Amino acid sequence: MLDSDLRTMIDEVKDGRMDRRGFIQRMIAFGLTAPMATQILAVGGVAMAQSPATYPPTKRGGGGPLKLLWWQGPTLLNPHFATGTKDQDASRIFYEPLASWDIDGHLNPILAAEIPSLQNGGLAADAKSVTWKLKPGVKWHDGKPFTADDVVFNWEYSTDPATAAVSIGTYADVTVEKVDDLTVRVLFKSPTPFWANAFVGAYGCLIPKHLFAEYKGAKSREAPNNLKPVGTGAYKFVEFKPGDLIRGEINPDYHMANRPHFDTIELKGGGDAVSAARAIIQTGEYDYAWNMQVEDEVLLRLEKGGKGKAVYAVGGDIEFIAVNFTDPNTEVDGERSSIKTKHPILSDPKVRKALSLLVDREAVQKVIYGRAGRTTANYLNGPGPFVSKNTTWEFSVEKAGKLLDEAGWKPGADGIREKDGKKLKLLYQTSTNGPRQKTQAIVKQACQKAGIDVELKSVIASVFFSSDVGSNDTYAKFYADIEEFQIPMTQPDPVLLMRRYHSRYVATKENKWQGSNFPRWVNKDYDAAIDAAETEIDPVKRAAFYIKCNDLMWQENVMIPVMHRIKVGAISNSMRPVMSGWANDLDNIQDWYREATG
Amino acid sequence: MGQYVLRRLLIAIPSLLGISLVLYTVLALAPGDPFGELTTNPNVPPEVAAALRASFGLDDPIYLRYLHWLVAMVHGDWGFSFVSRMNVDALILQRLPTTLYVIGSAQLLALSIAIPVGVYAATKPYSIFDQIANTLAFIGFSLPTFFTGLLFILVFSVKLDWLPFVYTTDIKGTGIHWVLEQIRQAIMPVMVLGLFQAASMTRFVRSAMLDVIRLDYVTTARAKGLGQTKVIVKHVMRNAMIPVVTLIALQIPAVFGGAIVTEQIFRIPGIGSLLISSILSNDTPVVMAVTFVFACLVVLFNLIADVLYGWLDPRISLR
Repeated sequence: MLDSDLRTMIDEVKDGRMDRRGFIQRMIAFGLTAPMATQILAVGGVAMAQSPATYPPTKRGGGGPLKLLWWQGPTLLNPHFATGTKDQDASRIFYEPLASWDIDGHLNPILAAEIPSLQNGGLAADAKSVTWKLKPGVKWHDGKPFTADDVVFNWEYSTDPATAAVSIGTYADVTVEKVDDLTVRVLFKSPTPFWANAFVGAYGCLIPKHLFAEYKGAKSREAPNNLKPVGTGAYKFVEFKPGDLIRGEINPDYHMANRPHFDTIELKGGGDAVSAARAIIQTGEYDYAWNMQVEDEVLLRLEKGGKGKAVYAVGGDIEFIAVNFTDPNTEVDGERSSIKTKHPILSDPKVRKALSLLVDREAVQKVIYGRAGRTTANYLNGPGPFVSKNTTWEFSVEKAGKLLDEAGWKPGADGIREKDGKKLKLLYQTSTNGPRQKTQAIVKQACQKAGIDVELKSVIASVFFSSDVGSNDTYAKFYADIEEFQIPMTQPDPVLLMRRYHSRYVATKENKWQGSNFPRWVNKDYDAAIDAAETEIDPVKRAAFYIKCNDLMWQENVMIPVMHRIKVGAISNSMRPVMSGWANDLDNIQDWYREATG
Repeated sequence: MGQYVLRRLLIAIPSLLGISLVLYTVLALAPGDPFGELTTNPNVPPEVAAALRASFGLDDPIYLRYLHWLVAMVHGDWGFSFVSRMNVDALILQRLPTTLYVIGSAQLLALSIAIPVGVYAATKPYSIFDQIANTLAFIGFSLPTFFTGLLFILVFSVKLDWLPFVYTTDIKGTGIHWVLEQIRQAIMPVMVLGLFQAASMTRFVRSAMLDVIRLDYVTTARAKGLGQTKVIVKHVMRNAMIPVVTLIALQIPAVFGGAIVTEQIFRIPGIGSLLISSILSNDTPVVMAVTFVFACLVVLFNLIADVLYGWLDPRISLR
């Protein structure tokens, strides 16, 4: 039975798109007994400890070429400089972290000999340090041994501000020390229950000290190996053309048995998502394509050809509409949307509640996202233990109208509501992106029915998401009433996702709008819960704090969730990728294989 | 003549300076930066993107940034790409061969269709051949390349499965196999671009020919009893080609500049796709370099066209 299919089905059962009986019947059709099928379901639903991915190949190599198609071409190959997932993926082909996140959001050891735990003494009881044991005998592609010095060096390299590393955020708050040649210790300033950030996942990829030591700091850009990676990964570097092509070949000395399966790897970049889907699903020129931001309808049509299909991985990425709590139209001390102001319309909880009743999530899913989205009432959608079950959502123009009536907004002559002679008019901004403009249209229509006049605005992504202080169109300045975008969850822990809305991170002119709390929502209970959660070691209590945070956001309607987005890739039929909603697509590249076609 | 060229070159310097100033200011005034993807990544605190902006000098005043750029440029340092942290000249040189191959072939194809068809159509105006050629030309230049490109992909790649639609720069194999593959993958983009160019060029050649063919000296040549071929080739074409040569000379910078749309559709790693991806990610040094090189080429080929003009038609004197 195909692993990814099975997973998709289990997920379908989990959120009710397929019933248990249907699932079991399909399993029986594949030759499984009913009790076995039930067990699969139980295992799939309950998180397991370290699930090893099934990996049938019994020898290294022999899988032929692996051809990947990324519709944005990777532009650099140093994991510490990787700004986007495309560059992180490209670096990951050659470089490896100590551990990566697997399908279920558990750690899978890569360069680590084992995953630190309280039992094996890797984790300190006070949660102030973590000790990693490194796998012995690992060699860089040039034959030099991989040791604790390399690990410590990566921390030094990244945290040197002159290096201008992007990964500095991951390493700045920790100290790393060498214990012996194969042991390193990561020290935290305060108890840190989520310890698996440094050296794990995309920004955890390690570069060799012997080749980069000279290029730490201001000379970082000059390192010849920025473009010619020498890593520990399953594939060795052959060729790189920025924005176009990366080629690699099998690493015959790879440190995991029988891996990798493919003899060569090629990552072609550029083009657009639809034609990438076509090159895999319809013509079979390539084996795997990433980030299929293609309407489900198109994918379904392409899949009819039978050469390939779309695959899904559930993580915690959330597309939402954020509500501005401050007034975007009044200037205070040279700053609009200042924390000193209150939004004239949206500071009323009833209006916010009405707004959330007007987002027809089911229509958005049906029309736009299809299999790539799930409706949700929560801002925090994973992993399982952190997901609130106390919340609900509904779409009702009537109820919204009633709430607006209660709030004093009465329908005017032109159908637009007004109060004290002021019209109920909102500016709704987002980045330029097909699905987002469609969502805007759906929400606008519902709002119009309820008597809210919504003005739509879309800003090109490179401006909307920039940290350009000179531009008034950034999401952080939030010079609009509501705005929509997506925040991805790059690891299976809510700490970074939820911390953003602590009142100490409010975006203001003073901090050059670098604060991550862009709705400028201030809530003492929320702050207290976040502070408590960040040092809480008991996992159950910690989860309860985050659930409380989520529920507070839901009650207050700070964020109106639009869609819990699911990662979509396209594969040719025989490909068996290991995709995780909690990691980048290539984070488990060593485990990919192709099913022998008979 | 030499003096003329020298004077034109000297005049080119202030105009290039002006062009670079305008380009740089427009690019610098445009909002945004290349670090957009960082801001929504919860792993990356906002200070990181701000620090990167500062270290790349994006927060300096525009005139300072321009002066820095200009001084470096004069010294032959084109700067480095914010996105790939690679030197811009290396990035462009890497892309140049592919662009020259694909766009150059397309231009050659366009010429080899346009000249014979245009000439033949002009010798027999309003004949069936002329009508058909005209109709096709109109269809040709009213269909945009993004449309014909997709159409070709659907027909030749998806339905017939004859040609690949993803252009690869590292074709495996050597010798004749390599050459054949190289040609095979270029067929679709070259056809799309070449036919589009050929359509408008055919019209141009035809009208240039018609202008000349009516002149008295042509009638004289015919009256002398010269054969049709000789009249057309030796007497008419030579004169009719003067404006065509100018047109071709002015097209050559475009060969270096790449074709944005076609390169994007077929994933050809040329200058055009480099330009568009750099514009989309606000990678100013690359955009600046590509557009500036393009401006230099336009100025240069303008000059070459003028010189050629004088050479082809001695009545035009260059002073």
